[in-house]
Amino acid sequence: MVARKVFARPVSLKDVATHFCPGCQHGVVHRLVAETLDHFNAAGRTIGVASVGCSVFLYDYFDINVVEAPHGRAPAVATGVKRVHKNSLVFTYQGDGDLAAIGTSEIIHAANRGEGLTVIFVNNTTYGMTGGQMAPTTLPGQRTTTSSAGRNTASDGHPIRMAELLATLDGTAYSARVAVDSPGHVLEAGKAIRRAFGYQVEGRGFAFVEVLTTCPTNWGMDPVAANRRIAAEVIPFFPLGTFVDRSGDER
Amino acid sequence: MTERLFVKGNEAVAMGALAAGCRYYFGYPITPQNDIPEYMSRELPMLGGEFIQAESEIASINMVLGASACGARAMTSSSSPGISLKQEGISYMAGSELPGLIVNICRSGPGLGGIDASQGDYFQAVKGGGHGGYRIFVAAPHSVQEMYDLTVLAFDISDRYRLPAMILADSVIGQMKEALVPHPYVPPADLPSKEWALSGKGDRGRQKVVKSLYLGDGELEAHNWRLHEKYRLLGEKETRWEENGLEDAELLVTAFGSTARIAATAIQLAREQGLRVGLLRPVTLFPFPGAAFLKATQRTKKVLCIELNTGQMVDDVRLSVARDAAVSFYGRPPGAGSLPTPEELLLQIRRHCEGGVHGG
Ligand SMILES: Cc1ncc(C[n+]2csc(CCOP(=O)(O)OP(=O)(O)O)c2C)c(N)n1
Ligand code: SF4
Repeated sequence: MVARKVFARPVSLKDVATHFCPGCQHGVVHRLVAETLDHFNAAGRTIGVASVGCSVFLYDYFDINVVEAPHGRAPAVATGVKRVHKNSLVFTYQGDGDLAAIGTSEIIHAANRGEGLTVIFVNNTTYGMTGGQMAPTTLPGQRTTTSSAGRNTASDGHPIRMAELLATLDGTAYSARVAVDSPGHVLEAGKAIRRAFGYQVEGRGFAFVEVLTTCPTNWGMDPVAANRRIAAEVIPFFPLGTFVDRSGDER
Repeated sequence: MTERLFVKGNEAVAMGALAAGCRYYFGYPITPQNDIPEYMSRELPMLGGEFIQAESEIASINMVLGASACGARAMTSSSSPGISLKQEGISYMAGSELPGLIVNICRSGPGLGGIDASQGDYFQAVKGGGHGGYRIFVAAPHSVQEMYDLTVLAFDISDRYRLPAMILADSVIGQMKEALVPHPYVPPADLPSKEWALSGKGDRGRQKVVKSLYLGDGELEAHNWRLHEKYRLLGEKETRWEENGLEDAELLVTAFGSTARIAATAIQLAREQGLRVGLLRPVTLFPFPGAAFLKATQRTKKVLCIELNTGQMVDDVRLSVARDAAVSFYGRPPGAGSLPTPEELLLQIRRHCEGGVHGG
């Protein structure tokens, strides 16, 4: 019998241990992005734009060229990169504090210009790196270190649904929200990410994938409970789905 | 035959940038520098370049950062309040050792201030502006010709030393029309190649990372010592200034940019009246021509620093002159009607030549 390898590390990922906390799903999203780069055989012509947050060490894990952006500015940095290297694959990888608070201006206008970028938006409903403060995506009533009695929408405002918001812009070719809390959802997430990079390969415009993820450390939960919270609380507020898809053809 | 044009200072900046091979411009409208983006928006598409009117000055400088990380010559331009917004990006570029040109056609402040000529941004430009204690190359043109020439030079120095460069001028120099000889650009033969630039060309060679984050033990200290050494080298090799009539001068007048222009006229009037006055004009504000001040004040003990602000460059002048030299300051806060006339400066020169005015 001939042994057949059915599961291996994507070549776009380095063979190193990550710094992510146990149960953190940044690692899962990294893997899905790397599988996509492998799929397009694109690691050699990909430029990643790292943002400020727990994912800042993108270059330690991906075996690709990377430029580090100031907090929230990754879509503007990526715009500069893409305008120089039009045939490269350029993506940003941003957290919810980075993209939906300090960087709202940059993300909206990059989408609106229809920049040929792929944006991976990792929504864990909190500021992970700085220790679990309230994020623009923190759910109503969710306790954080700066909303210890729970997010009060009367004074703190409401969580922002970025995938829906960006879908209203004419420049956005693709906008979807996925989760990685179950095998089925991981498969769906992989497909969405592949589609978002595919649109860039085909020059269709701006493509956005929001991934709902856990932050067990700052949620004060063990990895299993954190993963359960995705289906129990997060998905009901942030529905999964595709909000715009200007593919022209339905695959 | 060398071409001679009659153009605005702002246009000369744009022409210099294009001559130097800059093909990427990112900016946001603000008076009094709009001639630059307007010129670039017309010319760049024809040259196969990219022009983006960005959503903000913050986005603009970060687009410059991205394009520069790919090795392209890229620029942005703005005026004072917009430069404040760019400081975050400038600090990141300094930390990431990225070249790039920032043009500040300065206006008055603080706050919304006004759109008049101003030198209120000397501190912002020269003392590091953003966080972290970095330096950038800052040149202060005093003519339309220098707007062109120093723009070209700024790109070369920015690339050579891998640091951001700034042109600091104001509406007097930016909006004024003068003759310009747009010398063809000859790239210095010894400009280092940008082997650090992100290629994205399909090679699977060594990974390249452009970053400013250093968390390992001793890493950031070493990085900052390297930057510091670069700034020292910049001071040693790239300091530029202009001297005029210092040989027999009793009074050394110093000013940069637009006020240097007015001071030059005042000095000429003073000379006609038999006063022994000379000019030392810093052309680069960082690196600052401190050694030139020390040398000149071995002989000339009276110094008058003139600025269109309440005293900024004068700090660097005081740090540079000989111990027994007396530095006086004349300046006015920028705003409508505060640009000094040559006669006004002549009066100051006369007072300082004749009276025993000290300190200030
Ligand atoms: C200008 C600026 N403001 C604030 C910070 C501090 N800071 C670092 S990461 C971060 C937010 C991280 O949260 P998120 O973007 O949700 O990413 P996560 O860490 O959760 O993956 C903040 C506010 C910073 N580095 N720069
Ligand atoms: S703090 Fe949260 S987001 Fe950051 S690595 Fe840990 S679990 Fe992941």
